[in-house]
Amino acid sequence: MYFTLLITVILTAFALVAAGVCVAKLIAPRSYNKQKAEPYECGLPTRGRSQMQFKVGYYLFAILFLMFDIETVFLFPWAAVVGEVGIYGLVSVIFFLVVLILGLAYAWKKGALKWE
Amino acid sequence: MNTSFLDYYSIQPVTNWIHETLCSVMPEALAIFIECVVIGVIVVALYAVLAIVLIYMERKVCAAFQCRIGPNRVGGKGGLLQVPADVLKILTKEIIRLKNSDNFLYDLAPYLVILASILTFSCLPWNKGAQILDMNIGVLFVLAASSIGVVGILLAGWSSNNKYTMIGAVRSGAMIISYELSMGITVLAMVVLSETASISGIVEAQANGWNIFKGHIPAILAFVVFLIAGNAEANRGPFDLAEAEQELTAGYHTEYSGLHFGFFYLAEYLNLFITAGIASTLFLGGWMPFHIAGLDAFNNIMDYIPGVGWFFIKTFFVVWLLMWIKWTFPRLRIDQILTFEWKYLMPTSLLILVLMVVLKVFGLVF
Repeated sequence: MYFTLLITVILTAFALVAAGVCVAKLIAPRSYNKQKAEPYECGLPTRGRSQMQFKVGYYLFAILFLMFDIETVFLFPWAAVVGEVGIYGLVSVIFFLVVLILGLAYAWKKGALKWE
Repeated sequence: MNTSFLDYYSIQPVTNWIHETLCSVMPEALAIFIECVVIGVIVVALYAVLAIVLIYMERKVCAAFQCRIGPNRVGGKGGLLQVPADVLKILTKEIIRLKNSDNFLYDLAPYLVILASILTFSCLPWNKGAQILDMNIGVLFVLAASSIGVVGILLAGWSSNNKYTMIGAVRSGAMIISYELSMGITVLAMVVLSETASISGIVEAQANGWNIFKGHIPAILAFVVFLIAGNAEANRGPFDLAEAEQELTAGYHTEYSGLHFGFFYLAEYLNLFITAGIASTLFLGGWMPFHIAGLDAFNNIMDYIPGVGWFFIKTFFVVWLLMWIKWTFPRLRIDQILTFEWKYLMPTSLLILVLMVVLKVFGLVF
């Protein structure tokens, strides 16, 4: 039953956008103007392509994010049974967390968290 | 603890009755198909109505914070028809095509943003038995589905072939994925407290007290961290640098016009509501009524307010809190935002998690 409902919701989302765009295309006026299709850069003519290199800092944070996001996913199954596994589970997970916090501390020390 | 009010709140008998009645006049597959269509229509209707309510509320609240009146001309005294009029106006605007843009990705981006928003929206517990997607991995699914939105934002910025949209998109991407960590860890702390990851399970675990009271110190800290991270996830408040008007025109959706832009706008407001809804589910008990132990007469009166009423009261309270934050704080810079997340919020949320686990294992929570 989950799956049917999930498919229903996904189709609903797509149908909403598709129907909206169709209605807008039917009732909205259309006109042609050469300037209209230009990139909007506050009146200045665009120079070169815009899909170009961007600051590597964004990428670095994305890499760090991967590490911690996977950590969160690993912790979820344990979190649901934390009362049953008790102190044994607590000690193991704290060991796991300490390793990750050491990783964060290393990145911090290396200056990976500094924006420049 | 008297939990008879749980049965009184349930709308399960009504849905069961509808299903049985439909099955008695037609084959079951057809009945399920009709129910799915009805669910789809309900989701879209609720989504649209809530968007209109939230945009109106935002305009009025923002006006109040800035000592203005807000919309007051269209539709009588309160300006009630201002937002529906804006919706109609946006529907009649041309959807433009751009030169040199990546057309397929450009058209795909609003679909992904709305998909993420509707998927998380349908996980909200409106009432007992009135939750569309109720999985046993509920909150994990919410986190996963909400991160589809960032793909939409990145695609929108990248495919428009415009420098403003590009900068807006990478900023927004870096910010949203960073704050997702704190959000995930505070959610994890609440999963530890309730011992289940299913959303209906988390709500029912709060029958004898809301999580924010049961988990005392770490829960209150987690609530604050969740609100900050949720505000960043919804691209709002002091974290709206992805669409900083003064520097980037409109950020990642600069090049979108008409209803294309309308969908981004819609998703932004609904994400605000979803953040508030998840916060009220995890910390403030979802559709659970407010009870004070020992005051039976008071508790019985509170039980007369239906569950969906409680859900809306709590959620709109959190929405109001988030709007208050948005209209009070100045916008941050990208380096301040990332430093704040990685050097302050992230260690704090890890500390909250460890504290919560220790309290739980040693039985120090209520």
